[in-house]
Amino acid sequence: MGKLFAVVVAIITFVATAIFVMHVWWPPVDISTHGPAIDHQLRETMVSAGILFVVSQLALALFAWQYGDRKDGRPIKVFPGGATPMVVLAIVLVGAEILALTFVGSKVWAGIFQSPPDPNSLVIDVQAEQFAFYFRYPGPDSSFAPTHPELINEASENYFGLDPAHEVDARDDIVVPSLAIPVGRPILLRMHAKDVNHSFYVPELRIQQDFVPGLVIPLHFTATRTGKYEIVCTQLCGLGHYNMRAYVEVMSPEQFDQWLKEKTAQQ
Amino acid sequence: MDHAATPAAAHHHAPPQGFLRQHVFSLDHKVIGKQYLDLALVAVCVGMVLSWLMRLHLAWPNLPIPGLEKLSPNGAANGVITPEYYLSLMTMHATIMVFFVLTSAPFAGFGNYFLPIQVGAEDMAFPRFNMMSFWTTCVAFLVLVSSFFVSDGPALSGWTAYAPLSAVGKDAGPGQGMGQTLWALSIAIFCVGQLFGSLNFIATTLDLRTKGMSLARMPMSTWAWFITSVIGLIAFAVLLPACILLLLDQRAGTSFFIPAGLVISDRLQPHSGGSPLLWQHLFWFFGHPEVYIAILPGFGIVSTILPVFARKPLLGPRALIGCMTAIAFLSYTVWGHHMFLSGMNPFSALLFSVPTLIITIPATIATLLWIGTIYGAKLRFTTPALFCLGFISVFVSGGLSGFFLAQPSIDTYLHATYFVVAHFHFVMAVAAMFGIFAGTYFWFPKMFGRMMNETLGKWHFWLTFIGVYCIFMPMHYLGLAGNVRRYSAFTDDYLKPLIPLHRFITIAALFTGAAQLIFLYNLIRSRFRGPTAPANPWEATTLEWSTTSPPPFDNFGGHPPVVSHGPNEYGVKGATGDYVMQAAPAPARLH
Amino acid sequence: MTTVASPPNVPPSVAPPRPVATRGPEPKPAETGVWVAIATISMSFAALTSAMVVRASAAPDWQHFRLPPILYLNTLVLLASSFTLAAARRRITAVSVRDGLPGLYVTLGLGLLFVTGQILAWRQLAAQGLFLATSPSSAFFYVFTALHGLHVLGGLAGLLYVLRRIRRVVPAPMTALGAATLYWHFMDVLWLYLLLILIIRV
Repeated sequence: MGKLFAVVVAIITFVATAIFVMHVWWPPVDISTHGPAIDHQLRETMVSAGILFVVSQLALALFAWQYGDRKDGRPIKVFPGGATPMVVLAIVLVGAEILALTFVGSKVWAGIFQSPPDPNSLVIDVQAEQFAFYFRYPGPDSSFAPTHPELINEASENYFGLDPAHEVDARDDIVVPSLAIPVGRPILLRMHAKDVNHSFYVPELRIQQDFVPGLVIPLHFTATRTGKYEIVCTQLCGLGHYNMRAYVEVMSPEQFDQWLKEKTAQQ
Repeated sequence: MDHAATPAAAHHHAPPQGFLRQHVFSLDHKVIGKQYLDLALVAVCVGMVLSWLMRLHLAWPNLPIPGLEKLSPNGAANGVITPEYYLSLMTMHATIMVFFVLTSAPFAGFGNYFLPIQVGAEDMAFPRFNMMSFWTTCVAFLVLVSSFFVSDGPALSGWTAYAPLSAVGKDAGPGQGMGQTLWALSIAIFCVGQLFGSLNFIATTLDLRTKGMSLARMPMSTWAWFITSVIGLIAFAVLLPACILLLLDQRAGTSFFIPAGLVISDRLQPHSGGSPLLWQHLFWFFGHPEVYIAILPGFGIVSTILPVFARKPLLGPRALIGCMTAIAFLSYTVWGHHMFLSGMNPFSALLFSVPTLIITIPATIATLLWIGTIYGAKLRFTTPALFCLGFISVFVSGGLSGFFLAQPSIDTYLHATYFVVAHFHFVMAVAAMFGIFAGTYFWFPKMFGRMMNETLGKWHFWLTFIGVYCIFMPMHYLGLAGNVRRYSAFTDDYLKPLIPLHRFITIAALFTGAAQLIFLYNLIRSRFRGPTAPANPWEATTLEWSTTSPPPFDNFGGHPPVVSHGPNEYGVKGATGDYVMQAAPAPARLH
Repeated sequence: MTTVASPPNVPPSVAPPRPVATRGPEPKPAETGVWVAIATISMSFAALTSAMVVRASAAPDWQHFRLPPILYLNTLVLLASSFTLAAARRRITAVSVRDGLPGLYVTLGLGLLFVTGQILAWRQLAAQGLFLATSPSSAFFYVFTALHGLHVLGGLAGLLYVLRRIRRVVPAPMTALGAATLYWHFMDVLWLYLLLILIIRV
């Protein structure tokens, strides 16, 4: 029975590790400037966790194989050094790993969330609601008009609660259901929620951030490749949560300018 | 507070009379322990069925499930689960499993039964509070389950019930009216029950140990129950007011968690000034220690059972106690790691990440101590032993994925994906469950005076062990691919290619679920037809094995044991058998 | 099943955790229980306090208001009840309880008076137009006073229970009395703390 246990554990370990190593399922290609650092961190952690995984499972398997009671009257053996090597090993090895990962990881994290946005960023207002994302560009006057929750009207597509009748700068704000951005340009999103918690997640951009009702949360990144990618909601927001998505289209700067011109003309 | 321990008077239980007193409103900790285990058994069956419904829907969203329309005409018209009903099933699945299975069985169930016996006491310190705590928990369960039968269905905001979704009432979605109210009420009641329970555990451990049972001689399981009850004391004390505030927001028009200007279902909500993050902080301040409440009894149970079947002492018992204490203490410093991306100050993410990573150290030490215990052992591969070995394997698997999630930079990608689902299922649904299984197979003879069937037990183990790896290991891969969790269907372009893997998981889940029927059958059959169990079938040392199977009403027949040995005396040379029981007479002094 | 004859005056269903001392003086589970309860209850109110601090800074809608003056009278009543309880306890010994009984009754009465006074405070607040949902400050006021009041009622129930047993059981259950007294004094301390934070914040 002990040998069976050892074999099963070994097979599980081998198969699981192989699938990880072969990247059968793996994050998609990264398209952001901060993404490589995250991917590097992920790979490092995968390697150390993988080694720990394989070593401990195989040790378990080996001991289960070897130390069955063979009724041969042999005495038990205490692990050499007793508990002390375990304690020391754990503290030293895991401690060192933790220090390394924290040191590097905190820099990566700070780079994304604790650094100020580029002053040349393209600022886009993002509103999450049950169950869609809407994006607002400031228009030629480069200012976002104030929003009024009591004016929000889904039927007339006034998602942000703008007041173009009384406020001049509301007339040129561009409201669209998908996010268009130029490649290579820093983007600053101002995220707010209309109703409940939501979240903004683009796997390829390696970016995720919750929307919190009552707060305006900044999020900045720079895309490095053109293409069309999905934005999905990752914070449970109600029955339409699974279907709540938008697209981010990363365009060349020329295409983006063209897009912006078309949208401005439509206002 | 219902008894004065005046030493002079002769205190003896008279055994209870009458059916109600003996089996329903019993003050006997053994009956109450079994009642908790029965409640957990009912709860786990309900919770598991819910998980099958969820997995079926994820794999085949348009599959009609016959009979479901009777339970919920709105949620499953023609038997096809709607998106909102899926979320309700998910909320109830998690709530039932976390509270009524993982907190009830290993802690309230086995703890109630065996803590007094393992310290040599006749009963818990406050038997009436003990009985009240069980019935309170029972009422909480009934209140929760009743939400299935209200017209709008159960809450759909997850077991985490984030505000404002959970706080604004029925505008936010079906189930968010009465369903959410019943949820919050049930959990508040549950907290009260648990607090009474923790009170008992602590007072009993500190004050009712028998002669010779110093704290150092207590078995690991007792230590684990004691430490767990201390954690619970503080954790549930925070969840209770949080639920009260949530109920007030929901029903009394207050705005603790709801800010101004929310437009839900085209209605401007009449609340203002509240903070959704406040709920998250309160909830997770409870929620993280809660998961250690779920796993630490498993630590204790495995650390008690493993030496019995290894026939050698546990390696480093004092270190293990230190580990459990460190984990308990650290568990209060890490709650923000559930909130890295929640909108809280990004600097706090690092503050929470450090203790989260540090917690891996005592967890690693514990794992190494178990593996080191097996080294040089003389393993007897009984069913409880197999579940202990399995526990080690799955705890390693589950613990390591935590390593990724503890780092905020990596969590930026993995948060709210199936990677998280894999992590917590491995450590809770699998490892903690394996601890419960090990405890069941180990203590069944003591509780019922009959042996369980070993062959059925082994089949149960193998099918479950392989099955859980087939279910939960692939979820890591899904998470790495960015598969978001809490989705009732996978309609996104990048998720559609992952559906075949989901189908594999669903099939594995159904098979593994079916394998649990073996366990159920074994439990029931052995109860009535199992071979009679001797007092100490496993040749174990702790005090429960010094008394009959099952123990008499007052545990030791009026003769409280005197303890002269620690719990770890296995593989002792020259002893009868190879072990010395805790209650064996003290070794003769050398002259 | 072992059957043992119960000694007189001990209801058979009372559980007898019988500590055989392993060290030091006789351990008293009832007192341990109360200390544990004190820890838990303190934690609950600590959580509510931090909730209040966060809420107060989350939005500018915190409405300061004047606490109903009857609150201070209630405080005196509660403090007095602790004195009467302590005095009663000193008069009760294992063999003679009669001298302490009046003090216990007075304590119970004062406790009830306190709770009544709190309800009156609520009515006064409502008369000013301050209800649960009016503003976060009033919400916290009601929540704090209601939860404290509930725990006081629990303490009263405990005192009543001890009173009943003291009159029926010989020797008197001194530990239960001690435990109930400790809990009652804690209700005082808790109230003083709550009053303080209400004065400061509200």
